[in-house]
Amino acid sequence: MTSNEKGGWKTLPMGAVVLEPGSSLKYKTGDWRAFKPLVEKEKCVNCLLCWIYCPDSAIIRTEKWVEVNYDYCKGCGICAHECPKEAIKMVEEQK
Amino acid sequence: MTVEGMTGDEAVAHAAKQSNVDIVAAYPITPQTIIVERFSKYVADGEVHTGYVCVESEHSALSACVGASLTGARVFTASSSQGLALMHEMLYIASGLRCPIVMGVANRALSAPINIHGDHSDMMGSRDSGWVQIYVENAQEAYDWTIQAFKIAEDKDVQLPVSVNLDGFIITHCMEGVDVLEDEAVNKFLQTRKPIFKLDPKNPITVGALCFTDYYYEFKRQQVEAMCHVQGVLEKVCKGYKGVSGRNYGVLETYGMEDAQAAVVCLGSTAGTAREVARKLRAKGKKVGVVKLWLYRPFPAEEITAALGHVKALAVLDRAISFGASYGALCSDVISALHTLKEKPHIFNAVYGLGGRDIQPSDIEFVFNEALETAKTGIVKEPTMFLGVRE
Amino acid sequence: MVVLKELATEELFASGHRLCAGCGEGTINRMTMKALRGPTVIVAATGCNEVATTIYPYTSWRLPWVHVAFENAAAVASGIVEAYKAMARRGAWKEHVDVIAMAGDGGTYDIGIQALSGALERGHDFLYICLDNEAYMNTGIQRSGSTPHGADTTTSPAGSVIPGKPEWKKDLIGICAAHGIEYAATASPAYWNDYVTKVRKGIEVSGPAVIDVLSPCPLGWRHDSAKSIEMVRLAVETRYFPIYEFERGKYKLNLNISKPKPVEEFLKAQGRFAHLFKPTYRKDVIDEIQQNVDTNWNRILKLCAN
Repeated sequence: MTSNEKGGWKTLPMGAVVLEPGSSLKYKTGDWRAFKPLVEKEKCVNCLLCWIYCPDSAIIRTEKWVEVNYDYCKGCGICAHECPKEAIKMVEEQK
Repeated sequence: MTVEGMTGDEAVAHAAKQSNVDIVAAYPITPQTIIVERFSKYVADGEVHTGYVCVESEHSALSACVGASLTGARVFTASSSQGLALMHEMLYIASGLRCPIVMGVANRALSAPINIHGDHSDMMGSRDSGWVQIYVENAQEAYDWTIQAFKIAEDKDVQLPVSVNLDGFIITHCMEGVDVLEDEAVNKFLQTRKPIFKLDPKNPITVGALCFTDYYYEFKRQQVEAMCHVQGVLEKVCKGYKGVSGRNYGVLETYGMEDAQAAVVCLGSTAGTAREVARKLRAKGKKVGVVKLWLYRPFPAEEITAALGHVKALAVLDRAISFGASYGALCSDVISALHTLKEKPHIFNAVYGLGGRDIQPSDIEFVFNEALETAKTGIVKEPTMFLGVRE
Repeated sequence: MVVLKELATEELFASGHRLCAGCGEGTINRMTMKALRGPTVIVAATGCNEVATTIYPYTSWRLPWVHVAFENAAAVASGIVEAYKAMARRGAWKEHVDVIAMAGDGGTYDIGIQALSGALERGHDFLYICLDNEAYMNTGIQRSGSTPHGADTTTSPAGSVIPGKPEWKKDLIGICAAHGIEYAATASPAYWNDYVTKVRKGIEVSGPAVIDVLSPCPLGWRHDSAKSIEMVRLAVETRYFPIYEFERGKYKLNLNISKPKPVEEFLKAQGRFAHLFKPTYRKDVIDEIQQNVDTNWNRILKLCAN
């Protein structure tokens, strides 16, 4: 954000209170990645372990398998490491 | 209105009770203990709906108060000296988070050495913490200001915590006749607190976020602005309170200043002694006056200038030491208020009453005479004097 | 016990926070949010969790959340709990709000122990979760009262004379139990079902409840971020971090590890213990740690048997 977009003391809410819940969604941490997870959908049994273990809520649940939210995935690799079916592979992020 | 015999501490407790506080979280420390003990009795006797949290330290006291205040509750606490010093970090947090907490401070000397008696070093040590600071002269004022403090704190243009300061033992433990209002009158005057923001699951907010270099400054500037509003709000509140109680309050009170050539400026109970001495001297034809500040933070520079600008010499009495500074805290504030005047009065500082050392009328008479001498000669013999210390 | 599919899909802890990749606290926050039963307020102490999830003007939290200072999460929570009750007494507040305090091991074992003790003694109705990554991680990996013996931290470094932290980890559950509270438990996010169940239990208890949940820290423990969950599984499988609970005066072992892996496997996997292996294999320290693990395990078994 530019200096102007940040707002001055006259317009900012009192006491540094953040009024918008979940506003961190505006901050895309996906660009932190050095490696990205790729889900092999045929191997996925939808056990949801990757979903519950992901620190960034970057695993998306669907009816049949999981998908990755690359806007926020930091590439930590927990999903790939924990998957009981080895359905997720970590590959180098292309720059 | 009825007159009841009560000590300063009891008066503060009574005022807090009538102010319908939701939470009191406090820890005992001499000479504030009577406040918390009285309040505990109100709770035990079912006289109040207040949640009383007997915390395990003063730091936790103010922490619990901040938590409670953020839910939208009306909150009160009290402390003194070491306790106030222990909650020092929390004082800044309470004002930074804009919590309109009211705290009764039984002013007491800071260790070391340990001393339980009255001086202003405790609150003076925290004068930059962003709290509105009021000093009272007696139990009546302690009662009246505690009630008014809630209204000032909770005003939408203020939203800052307020400390009501009363001299340890001299005010806290001395019995006086205090004119107390009816419960209904206080209720009507204060009404329920209307918070600007609060912790409410229906409207989830985040309070206490980390502000980096790009935001911190703006929120501090907001606090400065809020402080600037205090005086106007205070005067409005005092006007309303006069309508309820018949008693007149404001930012300061003067005696004999209309034609004073020499004056004494002070906070707290000593103002009463100074007034008596001034009355005696004025009867002898000496042109002396007394300025007693109620409001210390924000410092009412304009009113100080108006009251003192025309005198020839004045002595500022400080009941605390600011080690290493040229002058004590109150004296420095008076000097900075007057520094833009083209013709300034001669000013000197008299430190007194540390650790509860009694100040005698003769001490104050000495100060008045020194000031009159300076008014005549234009010479300040001692920029800082220490009244009542053994050499 | 729940099935993963039954857990709410709503994320009250949103993405976009700046916790490290693979941070256990991110996972723990998400699991905690799945266990809530109704309107809840979170009180956070200063630490990684607080700092990384609420950088103004962003917040990852979708419920009321407050941070006040480092050592007082329990005191702030006390004030909040009692304020809602007081306002309800005068008819100004209707619903019950659950209050959960979340603090790191620094803000719990050390600087926060006084406020915690006071809150437990006074018996306020709240849940206290200690996110235990075994050091002051947010300020750069300094030792805490929770740091294990032999761990390398910046204030208990592995030097040529002293091989890491000389002292042993404090017994937080013992301390909590001594206050006579209704519920205290350990947990590990590797066992999500156990943790989520315990959080709900802690919320439902009327009075204080404490959960000490082991939180893996890829930077501070020095392991691959992908292995975060594996670390806190290994911690349990080696009996290094027993999973048990204290409920109404009785101890219960939740996860019985009948064939424990040697604690050396846990130590070998993390850089914070690397000095115990290279340049010299410190059998003396490793044996000491194994002995402590065994003694502690037996102590807990004995408590559970009573």
